[in-house]
Amino acid sequence: MSEQQSGLELRGITKRFGTFVANDHVDLDVRPGEIHCLLGENGAGKSTLMNVLYGIYQPDGGEILIDGHPQHFANPKQAMAAGIGMVHQHFMLVDVFTVAENLMLGREGGFVLDRARATAKVRELSERYGMPVEPDALVEDLPVGVQQRVEILKALANDARFLVFDEPTAVLTPQEIDDLIAVMRSLRAEGKGIVFITHKLREVRAIADRITVMRRGRIVGHAEPGTSEAELAELMVGRAVDLRVDKEPARPGEVRLRVRDLRVANSAGGVVVDGVGFDVRGGEILCIAGVQGNGQSELADALIGNITPLSGTVELDGVDITRAGPARSIAAGMGFVPEDREDDGFVASFSIAENLVLNRFDQPPFARGLALDLGAIADNAERLRQEFDIRSQGVSDTLASLSGGNKQKVVLARELSRELSLLVASQPTRGVDVGAIEFLHKRIVDERDKGTAVVLVSTELDEVEALADRVAVMYRGRVVGTVDPRTPRDVLGLMMAGVPYEEAVAAAGPSAPPGSTADSPTTTSGRRTP
Amino acid sequence: MTDRAAVPATGRGLRWRARGRTLAVTAASMLLALLVGALLMIVSDPEVADKFRYFFGRPGDALSASWAKVSTTYWALLVGAVGSPTALAGTAGQAAPLICAGLGVGLAFRAGLFNIGAQGQAIWGAIFAAWVGFALHLPPVVHVVVAVLAGLVGGGLWGWIVGFLKAKTGANEVIVTIMMNYIASQSLAWLLLTPAFLRPGRIDPIAPPIDATAMFASLYGQFHVGFLLAVAAAAGVWWLLDRSTVGFAIRAVGANPHAAATAGMSVGRTTMITMTVAGLLAGLAGVQYALGPGADGVPTPLSLGLVGTVGFDAITVALLGRSRPLGIVFAGLLFGGLHSGGLAMQTFAGTPLTLSQVLQALIVLFVAAPDLVRTVLPFLRAPKQAVVGGAA
Repeated sequence: MSEQQSGLELRGITKRFGTFVANDHVDLDVRPGEIHCLLGENGAGKSTLMNVLYGIYQPDGGEILIDGHPQHFANPKQAMAAGIGMVHQHFMLVDVFTVAENLMLGREGGFVLDRARATAKVRELSERYGMPVEPDALVEDLPVGVQQRVEILKALANDARFLVFDEPTAVLTPQEIDDLIAVMRSLRAEGKGIVFITHKLREVRAIADRITVMRRGRIVGHAEPGTSEAELAELMVGRAVDLRVDKEPARPGEVRLRVRDLRVANSAGGVVVDGVGFDVRGGEILCIAGVQGNGQSELADALIGNITPLSGTVELDGVDITRAGPARSIAAGMGFVPEDREDDGFVASFSIAENLVLNRFDQPPFARGLALDLGAIADNAERLRQEFDIRSQGVSDTLASLSGGNKQKVVLARELSRELSLLVASQPTRGVDVGAIEFLHKRIVDERDKGTAVVLVSTELDEVEALADRVAVMYRGRVVGTVDPRTPRDVLGLMMAGVPYEEAVAAAGPSAPPGSTADSPTTTSGRRTP
Repeated sequence: MTDRAAVPATGRGLRWRARGRTLAVTAASMLLALLVGALLMIVSDPEVADKFRYFFGRPGDALSASWAKVSTTYWALLVGAVGSPTALAGTAGQAAPLICAGLGVGLAFRAGLFNIGAQGQAIWGAIFAAWVGFALHLPPVVHVVVAVLAGLVGGGLWGWIVGFLKAKTGANEVIVTIMMNYIASQSLAWLLLTPAFLRPGRIDPIAPPIDATAMFASLYGQFHVGFLLAVAAAAGVWWLLDRSTVGFAIRAVGANPHAAATAGMSVGRTTMITMTVAGLLAGLAGVQYALGPGADGVPTPLSLGLVGTVGFDAITVALLGRSRPLGIVFAGLLFGGLHSGGLAMQTFAGTPLTLSQVLQALIVLFVAAPDLVRTVLPFLRAPKQAVVGGAA
């Protein structure tokens, strides 16, 4: 390895938790000025590996080398001092501090804070890497994408030579992802070595110089940037994966959900859904597309009844449920997959079996009078566990012990195990690995084919394309237009920025503008206009 | 997000092992509390402390005096708590109200509510039960049943008000219950001076003794029907929490109110139900004091201090019992034993009764700080476990 002195190298890293081997002799290296993608499903051991690198975990075997010199990190501080920076998936920022103050954290120096220098540092770094950030802005006021920039700036302020991005795009909108990719490119140009952890294949193809795939704690292969998504997925999951959803054309029936002039305020009192109306027929999937934060979440919450609308009507199968709470909405046949499943979707400390009856526990056959029928609850769970392939040791395990994909399977299994007239699913595959996405998509299409009306809220254009029969694009609380899912991506992208369909088509033109470089891999793989 | 590795791993075996570890930590907490208690005894006893002044001259003196002090004290404590049938009965009698009030606090904990108001609820339980006991004259059995029901109504009502305020107005239950404790104890003080409660011929605040027909029948000394009632209440709470739809909602709301609401449960309704039942249970603790025979074989008449500090002891009982009914029964028995053994300790070893309260506090302190116990005794540390399948 003498010819490869410059760079960061992990050699034979092994990490065990009890009997579980999270990392099994993993080798990984990153050279200055390259982006090395670490690809793998949830639970493949990517984060464990990076936590070893960052000094959070001590490895049970193997070594870390920087420029050929062995390193030992007992804590993140030592890793930082050695030039390793981490951009966490969940930002490690103090919300009520300004950007500059966050940058000072942990490096306050003397007793007196030198705010001017921190501000200057923010200005200098953000200019150098093309990441505009206002140093005096409070972090809590910033959009998620900008908060992430602060996180990156923090790492850069520590003179990081190697940056680890742990699933950085999971919380970002498509536009923000494009910005991030541009930032990563400029970091690469400055000679930083970047490890990019993700399970999103499109991003990997857009930016990676080298690709390493992990599965079940081991490196299972390396791939070139040109490798097709299908091949990458197969490496990652260990079997061939069908990325497209096999679905018949929709056979829409009667209108089941009728929404008229709906106005909804968020908890702060701002009107975030402003006069939205649409119909959804049985047997079709209406996708609500849009950049995060344009009222989709509140629309979904208003449908289930977590928020009472200010005005307008919601009718399900002819019954007015505008002001119904969740209990009545559920009784009316609404299935609901919440956007934030950790918060709204399940009770983490409850067993899988209990979570599978969370909205039906007081009805037969799960209850007789006041008494729970534990047998019926367990039988139901066992049946659903097999049907939905929920990977666990048993149905009495807590939900907290499951991986993200399996948690979401529990939520979907619960909702789809009833007779539904309407399924409202928000971001049903966020943070879910490829293998599970395929399965979840199939189940949603199956539910459609049973004649259920489906409303799917998604910010992921892949998902919209794969599932939608019609697409309603939301922007600032209004529906900009309802279009065919085969509408080109650039047109959808413009609509998501508030441009009406006709103008968007005209602006996008016959050829996609080459100016949007960061977006180019996305655009070229988009489908053609009909 | 492998930093969730601390989440208990799956599987029945592992869960039992985790439970065993919890028990071990609890046992270790008691041991540590006894050790610290011993140190306190040694430094606070002037005679023993004196001998330490010439420790280096004659260490034997100091050590034997210390040993004598500690061993006689703990021996007296043990004998006073479980050393004889009478002692056991005394322990059971002391434990009965602690168990009831502990259940009231523990049940609320499970719904995510911090019920500091067991004291007030117990006071109202005692007021209602005692009034029925001395003001009404009913046939045997009927009288005690009516008195118990009245006590339940008193406590339940006091709990329901908290639940109602919290559900309808979002009032913080901690603040409300603390204030309601003041209202309850001051109400008692006022009531005791009204003609309805003041014992004829007395001017100090004490109510008439209750009729014998309203008394909890004694089975052996202070071991009375009330204790059986407390155990039955524990069984009932277990069923309610683990086997009923109401308990399912209580646990769901306690663990994740957002998910519970999204699944169609009414958080407000669950809060009201929980606080009402918690009030019933704490009210039952008050009933125990009003109707249960004391050391002299008859119930203590209603007075200002009748329920003591049961509502606050109940918090420690619930904490030690980890809000689980069986745990609360054991914790109640332990503290009941410390109470009744403490009296013997004072009599036979000359160690002040306060030491038993210190021990009680120390045990809970160590239980509430399991990391401290694990630091002192590293072998109790759990092996790190990974989430099954982990998370990337």
